[in-house]
Amino acid sequence: MFDVHEMEVNFGPQHPSTHGVLRVLLRVDGERIVDAKPIIGYLHRGTEKLFEHMAYPQCVPHTDRMDYVASATNNLGFVETVEKLLGISKNIPKRAQLIRVMLSELQRISSHLLWLATHAIDIGAMTPFFYTFREREQILDLFEAYCGARLTLNCMRIGGVPEDLPYGWLDDVDEFTSKFEAAVDEYESLLTNNRIWKKRTVGIGVLSPEDAIEWGITGPPLRGCGVEWDLRRKQPYECYPELEFDVPVGKNGDTYDRYLVRMVEMRQSNRILRQCIPLIKETPEGDLKAKISKVIRPPEGEVYHSIESPKGELGYYIVSDGKTQNAYRCHVRPPSFVNLQALPAMAKGHLVSDLVALIGTIDIVLGEVDR
Amino acid sequence: MSELTPPSSSPPAATPGAPVARSVDEIKRDPLVSTAVSRVDDAILDAKEFAGEITLFADRDRIVEVARAFKDSGFVYLVDLAGVDYSKYPNHTGLRFSVSYTLYSFQKNGRVRLRVWTDEKGAVPSVTSVWKTANWHERETYDMFGITFSGHPNLERILMWEGFNGFPLRKDFPIRGVDTGARIYPEVFPEGGGPKAGSTGKPAADVNVYKGEWKRYGTWPAAQIGGGGNGAKAPAKPAAKAITTEDADV
Repeated sequence: MFDVHEMEVNFGPQHPSTHGVLRVLLRVDGERIVDAKPIIGYLHRGTEKLFEHMAYPQCVPHTDRMDYVASATNNLGFVETVEKLLGISKNIPKRAQLIRVMLSELQRISSHLLWLATHAIDIGAMTPFFYTFREREQILDLFEAYCGARLTLNCMRIGGVPEDLPYGWLDDVDEFTSKFEAAVDEYESLLTNNRIWKKRTVGIGVLSPEDAIEWGITGPPLRGCGVEWDLRRKQPYECYPELEFDVPVGKNGDTYDRYLVRMVEMRQSNRILRQCIPLIKETPEGDLKAKISKVIRPPEGEVYHSIESPKGELGYYIVSDGKTQNAYRCHVRPPSFVNLQALPAMAKGHLVSDLVALIGTIDIVLGEVDR
Repeated sequence: MSELTPPSSSPPAATPGAPVARSVDEIKRDPLVSTAVSRVDDAILDAKEFAGEITLFADRDRIVEVARAFKDSGFVYLVDLAGVDYSKYPNHTGLRFSVSYTLYSFQKNGRVRLRVWTDEKGAVPSVTSVWKTANWHERETYDMFGITFSGHPNLERILMWEGFNGFPLRKDFPIRGVDTGARIYPEVFPEGGGPKAGSTGKPAADVNVYKGEWKRYGTWPAAQIGGGGNGAKAPAKPAAKAITTEDADV
């Protein structure tokens, strides 16, 4: 007779496929996962506490450190929330809005490229890593040309953007975007119809739309379930209403569909970038900031504002007491934190090797989960 | 300096998009929330509007009922749940903590915020039975503020470690943190002790031990630690000290 044992296994925190310092306490029956319990907090730096002790403009570089592979969107979420608090959301100059949109979309592409590289290499496909990093490098060069930094950009200010575009930047973006579509084709030729890739991703970690909403999931994982929900479309900010783009949705809510959704999203971001280039040439140079007082002291009140970050809905909830230059309380609603919560529900019944695929498909960044 | 300071008592002028303040009853009758509010009208104690966002203050003990009413009327998605410590809020009277629930309705494409007041002793009924996603949010709020949620399936610390002493986002928690070495490593540090001068082979001024409140952001904390000056006069000695190999491991 066989004696059946359930085992407890620590997955992480030092494991390359956990994308940082995530620890998952697994209960396994042989190779099959009975229960999974994510344990987080290894990268907790008290960002929300720090926000309470510094003036609003000083907080912007700290937002870079949350989702450190998509810092431009973190900046955007924060400055827009403060602008909403100040009531100046409508006053942002057109050129500043377009620069913000371009930086965010470049950031979305670069974040998805990093996701694709690590997700594929976790599952065992090594080649996409080299291909995607080729394009990601070009995007980081564009960031460097704009603001001097490659990862922690700090590229937005309350009321606008810090600087105008450097000479020749739009031509570089034009060159990049004209070739990027072919590059995505190249990635897809490696994976989309690859039999091994499909075996590892189709039917893995299926989420129904009802479950996804119940778990508060946003971003590509929610769209992969077939819910057409994108904040850029549903609650538009900046100049997204003037730009044409499609919101891709999946059907089955499995890892493969989430992969397809992100691939289409990269193409759509590219499309947005290509529309921005002629638009930005029409706007007057140097019109970069709304008129705001140098000391930012918002009125008493509380606001919640969110944007569509590459990982999902990134929200900031700020309480201002109307007396100081600091936020009385600033809470961040990070998409990774909320999406990660559904990991046990997705992982149950799958193999341990599938957990690696699931962590990749949620696209977590632990800097954002732990803040 | 006075040039830079904006006129202090004119906040409404800064919010051009906001309409004239509506009364509590008018906000309750807003088409966004009226269906849900009509079911639990007596549990909604107050209502506010700021920057086009509706905030409804609910009775703490009936929050599950209120949440259920909102979920049934279309607010199927709990976006965010956050605690706020009001103990140092200007002119604040009443209970110390507030818990904010941000809800979203796909049908109406709108958000609404529910809020309850609570304190250290009382427990907020958990809304995990209404939205599963509330689980980690409530754990985080407990971890950061010490607000308890009754009926939560697994209310334990999430970001801080088990056995951590204190609630970091409370206003009386110092930004420099507290020394909890004694709690985590009882076999290394004696009771009531923590890392001490000498235990790391470094002078007391360099050991990261919290001593009193760090008064103002912008002051380099090292000046306040070793019983030093007021921050303006930086002690010259540690700066002039050459880095040796003995110091390099810290």
